[in-house]
Amino acid sequence: MDAPEEPLPPVIYTMENKPIVTCAGDQNLFTSIYPTLSQQLPREPMEWRRSYGRAPKMIHLESNFVQFKEELLPKEGNKALLTFPFLHIYWTECCDTEVYKATVKDDLTKWQNVLKAHSSVDWLIVVVENDAKKKNKTNILPRTSIVDKIRNDFCNKQSDRCVVLSDPLKDSSRTQESWNAFLTKLRTLLLMSFTKNLGKFEDDMRTLREKRTEPGWSFCEYFMVQEELAFVFEMLQQFEDALVQYDELDALFSQYVVNFGAGDGANWLTFFCQPVKSWNGLILRKPIDMEKRELIQRQEATLLDLRSYLFSRQCTLLLFLQRPWEVAQRALELLHNCVQELKLLEVSVPPGALDCWVFLSCLEVLQRIEGCCDRAQIDSNIAHTVGLWSYATEKLKSLGYLCGLVSEKGPNSEDLNRTVDLLAGLGAERPETANTAQSPYKKLKEALSSVEAFEKHYLELSHATIEMYTSIGRVRSAKFVGKDLAEFYMRKKSPQKAEIYLQGALKNYLSEGWALPITHTRKQLAECQKHLGQIENYLQTSSLLASDCHLTEEERKHFCQEILTFAGQPSDSPGHKIVLPMHSFAQLRDLHFDPSNAVVHVGGVLSVKITVCSQMPVPVHVEQIAVNVHFSIEKNSYRKTAEWLTKHKTSNGIINFPTETSSFPASQNSLPALELYEMFERSPSDNSLNTTGIICRNVHMLLRRQESSSSLETPSGVALEEGAHMLRCSNVTLEPGPNTITFRTQAREPGTYTLRQLCASVGPVCFVLPHIYPVVQYDVYSQEPQLHVEPLADSLLAGIPQKVKFTVTTGHYTIKNGDSLQLSNVEAMLILCQAENRAVIYSNTREQSSNASLRIQSSDKVTSISLPVVPAYHMIEFELEVLSSPSAPAPRGESDLLGTPEPHWKHKDKQKTGPCMVTTDHKVSIDCPWSIYSTVIALTFSVPFRTTHSLLSSGTRKYVQVCIQNLSELDFQLSDSDLVDTGDGTNLQLMPLNTQPQQRIYSKQSVFFVWELKWTQEPPPSLHCRFSVGFSPASEERLSISLKPYTYEFRVENFFTLYNVKAEILPPAGTEYCRTGSLCSLEVSITRLSDLLEVDKDDALTESEDYFSTKLMYEVVDNSSNWAVCGKSCGVISMPVAAQATHRVHMEVMPLFAGYLPLPDVRLFKYLPHHSAHSSQLDADSWIENDSLSVDKHGDDQLDSSSVKSRGSSHSAASSEHKGLPMPRLQALPAGQVFNSSSGMQVLVIPSQDDHVLEVSVT
Amino acid sequence: MAVCVAVIAKENYPLYIRSAPTENELKFHYMVHTSLDVVDEKISAMGKALVDQRELYLGLLYPTEDYKVYGYVTNSKVKFVMVVDSSNTALRDNEIRSMFRKLHNSYTDVMCNPFYNPGDRIQSRAFDNMVTSMMIQVC
Repeated sequence: MDAPEEPLPPVIYTMENKPIVTCAGDQNLFTSIYPTLSQQLPREPMEWRRSYGRAPKMIHLESNFVQFKEELLPKEGNKALLTFPFLHIYWTECCDTEVYKATVKDDLTKWQNVLKAHSSVDWLIVVVENDAKKKNKTNILPRTSIVDKIRNDFCNKQSDRCVVLSDPLKDSSRTQESWNAFLTKLRTLLLMSFTKNLGKFEDDMRTLREKRTEPGWSFCEYFMVQEELAFVFEMLQQFEDALVQYDELDALFSQYVVNFGAGDGANWLTFFCQPVKSWNGLILRKPIDMEKRELIQRQEATLLDLRSYLFSRQCTLLLFLQRPWEVAQRALELLHNCVQELKLLEVSVPPGALDCWVFLSCLEVLQRIEGCCDRAQIDSNIAHTVGLWSYATEKLKSLGYLCGLVSEKGPNSEDLNRTVDLLAGLGAERPETANTAQSPYKKLKEALSSVEAFEKHYLELSHATIEMYTSIGRVRSAKFVGKDLAEFYMRKKSPQKAEIYLQGALKNYLSEGWALPITHTRKQLAECQKHLGQIENYLQTSSLLASDCHLTEEERKHFCQEILTFAGQPSDSPGHKIVLPMHSFAQLRDLHFDPSNAVVHVGGVLSVKITVCSQMPVPVHVEQIAVNVHFSIEKNSYRKTAEWLTKHKTSNGIINFPTETSSFPASQNSLPALELYEMFERSPSDNSLNTTGIICRNVHMLLRRQESSSSLETPSGVALEEGAHMLRCSNVTLEPGPNTITFRTQAREPGTYTLRQLCASVGPVCFVLPHIYPVVQYDVYSQEPQLHVEPLADSLLAGIPQKVKFTVTTGHYTIKNGDSLQLSNVEAMLILCQAENRAVIYSNTREQSSNASLRIQSSDKVTSISLPVVPAYHMIEFELEVLSSPSAPAPRGESDLLGTPEPHWKHKDKQKTGPCMVTTDHKVSIDCPWSIYSTVIALTFSVPFRTTHSLLSSGTRKYVQVCIQNLSELDFQLSDSDLVDTGDGTNLQLMPLNTQPQQRIYSKQSVFFVWELKWTQEPPPSLHCRFSVGFSPASEERLSISLKPYTYEFRVENFFTLYNVKAEILPPAGTEYCRTGSLCSLEVSITRLSDLLEVDKDDALTESEDYFSTKLMYEVVDNSSNWAVCGKSCGVISMPVAAQATHRVHMEVMPLFAGYLPLPDVRLFKYLPHHSAHSSQLDADSWIENDSLSVDKHGDDQLDSSSVKSRGSSHSAASSEHKGLPMPRLQALPAGQVFNSSSGMQVLVIPSQDDHVLEVSVT
Repeated sequence: MAVCVAVIAKENYPLYIRSAPTENELKFHYMVHTSLDVVDEKISAMGKALVDQRELYLGLLYPTEDYKVYGYVTNSKVKFVMVVDSSNTALRDNEIRSMFRKLHNSYTDVMCNPFYNPGDRIQSRAFDNMVTSMMIQVC
């Protein structure tokens, strides 16, 4: 047998590993077939069904064919799988029985025996048939015979263990077929072997694992066993399965560590607890780190070695699986985990060693990933790798701090020693990275070599990390790294570079309201600003810090002192002010005006009391606190009188300011609360509701851009306004907490003053509250002096003393001694001077009051009231009693004159409220000391009574009745009633029939007075009377002054009786009583009672020879329909004007009802021909039927006719004028001239016997 | 168990943050604040997923050497962040979940209080006690 061409390869653990298949028998034959075989075997996949329910897999098989040697067969207990021959093949080309018997059979037997000895059952015998060879041999046996023989000899029961490969090197379909059959068989057998052997291996492994609680069990041994399995899977390209093996090992180890931490220690683990001596990081560039593997195998590995090795294997497999991002993620976990485990196992680690290890490992992982991915992939997966970058940065930083590379002076000797120790632990650079310029090893070494190099590397890493974080939107993380960087810069004394990072971070924290980070960052920023010499910024930050409740008292005091120290220094540029926002220094809590309505007159004193809550931890002496006030005169501000302003202002005068809470983010606290109001929109025409809704008044505050509020830290936003108007308060010491400061100001110009800024100055430092919100205003007004006069009661009553209130509002006028009000006297109105008049003086706000006496002097024309001395903007109030003459006024025509009473009826609601009081206006002109013009004041007095009169007759006797109606609410006492004739008729006598001299008239009631009229000679045609009655309020005591009586003048005309009308109803002849339905006779007799008088001289009077006669018309009317008048009901008679001349008229009437019936009315009219010439031709009846007759009937108003006349209107005269037609006219005789002697009489009518209903129609 | 518990408003300002008294408070504030980056990332990633199946628990936000930071977000985008000591290996996902659930329940109680103004800092004693109980269980 020739030496094998395929040399036994050394077991190298690379991916070139393939399952081993041994070849025995004809080596030359195999050599010739090998190229085809190795090429054909992996071409088709084969399904691998697996035990334990694992999913079947399609697998491409490859094999490493080696020459069979007995040594290859594993000995009992050898767990190596990589070197395990999975299949043994015996190759033979023998086609000759002789040859077979002579050599091949023996060889085969030997081979079989060796296999049996090692209990290997995975074998195959391949018989290669070659047609060419067959032909050469003459004594050829049937081809099957050799195969049969072999099968017979070796494959008892397993005939498939012997296959035939026909003409393998030819290109024929038969050859192809034969190859396919062979390859399938080979694959099947290989897989069978895998399943069987791996299954067995796994079982053994599991058994071994179960023994882990036994003493003496070694993790490393087990590790090697399971890794073997992983190798095999890897060899079979089953990376997933391989990874599972490592993950299992990983988990097992982790669990042991955890258990160890819990006190359940395994002996073998103590080995891993040996001190860490080497920290050269992960090595991921080789598929298998043999160095570490050997350490593990020798059980000399440290924890880091084991972890590194495990991870490098996992990394390799993951990269095969195209999962580089999982590598990154697992790497971070691993690094954290290792740090934790070392801590847990209490492994002693030199300081910085772990940092080195982590740093190197991070970079190694990153470089490894970069090595297998393109740029675009990396860029889109920054989220996975940025953690490693950040971790590496962090570790490099801590190394830098540890080795003194960050300090300004550079490392000291101790630092250098430490550096040397650390570098020693790195060992030498691994050969695989030796040629790489940027290897982690080189980077670390360089970074630790010098301060400059460290800075370079650290900045590079930091910037890369920040950039990455920013690019994936992890702003907060970026800011956090930036803060580290700032800290570094601060250490390096480059505050200008640190500032931007600190500002950035602070802005972020502020916008999200993280109080502690804000405080911390601010503290750093303060230091930075101090170094930079940014005085304003530093002071501002200091003020914020001094008020920060998250700092200790000491720190706060420190920062406060910083401000005070600066403020105390002599300024190099005098006048230069440093303006800082106020809110950190002190907060405005509330503001209180005095006077509380914040309205003050010119020259008045306004005090503004503010409560300021000092945020400083110590009392601060403030040189000046000033409020900047904006002054504006509104266009219509002159309208803002004291009254108007008082009405429109909040009453309590306290304005509260919302407290700012700095703990909330800016976006939160800067938003004011919603100010919602109801809104109603009504249509202008009919006031109906159109729309209603809720409107937000401060939308502009709420919806403004958020960014604008982030300028919290920049002092540039605060500008100090310089204004002409300032409220100042000097030398105030602000204690921590609430302080009350009072500003006083004297109002000068009238207008609206708006408080705009609050500014507290401490030396050159000004703390400014740029806007005082809500808006605070006070108003200064100037007022003209004014006089108001108004009645004390609802209305003034005439005739009795009434009180009138005078109010003098002094306004800007100061009342001097001797100033007085001059009232022009009115005749009809008296000003009653009392012995002592007192005035009350109020300040304008009605707060204080005082009394002063008032001197009133009256002369004929003028009443002078001397006012007390009163300063400006005060009010004087006093009362005066006035008395208006009560009488109903006499003639009109002079009412326009000043001071003349103006009587008039209030006609407006006469209908509704019944009789109304007559009112009289008195105009009083008052001269005020402050004005050259007189003030005219109208006072309206109401006459409490209404008086009517009437004339009553009894035959020729006459009576005058006067009715007084009390319209007021008061009761009065009436006395001394009197009626006098003002005419010249001295022959008249008025006999009072009133018995009581005094009478009480109650409110809304009436009292009647009656006088009999007597005369001795011929009575006058008209009578002028004046009624007067004294009255005084019933409730009051004796009045000091005598009151004028109430008078009423009236005129009575034609009161003398001329005619007496007498009517009589007589029952029908022969009956005693009238009966219904039967005609009765009505006898009317009209008797003239006097001779010709003055009043008779009118148109109706006709003179014939020696006597006069007048035409009268009578009419019988029954308004109550008791009677039916039969025949003529009226007629014209010619009446001789002579005493006792009588005219009788007879008529027929029929009673319609039974009972006592009043007689029908008989009315008498004066019949006036339109022209005396035509009068005789006219027949009375002919015009009576004519409805267009002008009849001046007074009907029921007859009683009033005299009073109507007293008002000066004559109906008859008026009607005679406008009737142009030639018609006779009727004129009612005045009531006094006709006396109906039968009025009130009744006639008894008895019902008719047959009691039937009678229908009567009267035309 | 937890070394720091934080409730963070939708607008990312803290409603409640409390850390174990022995620890440096500031460190946790920074840590929780930084973790919001990952919370935001996870929430926006979840926005694409079906809303019904939304899982409130966000899982491990990020580990550090010493601590693990877990997140949870309510339907109203209020975030809970819990920091757990890395060495405390007894805490598994399930325990964290149940702790978050407890936290959520307690937070709901706080919200139910008519005197609590949503968006204000949580000052409820009941909530505080519950957080204390979560922190004490470790020791």
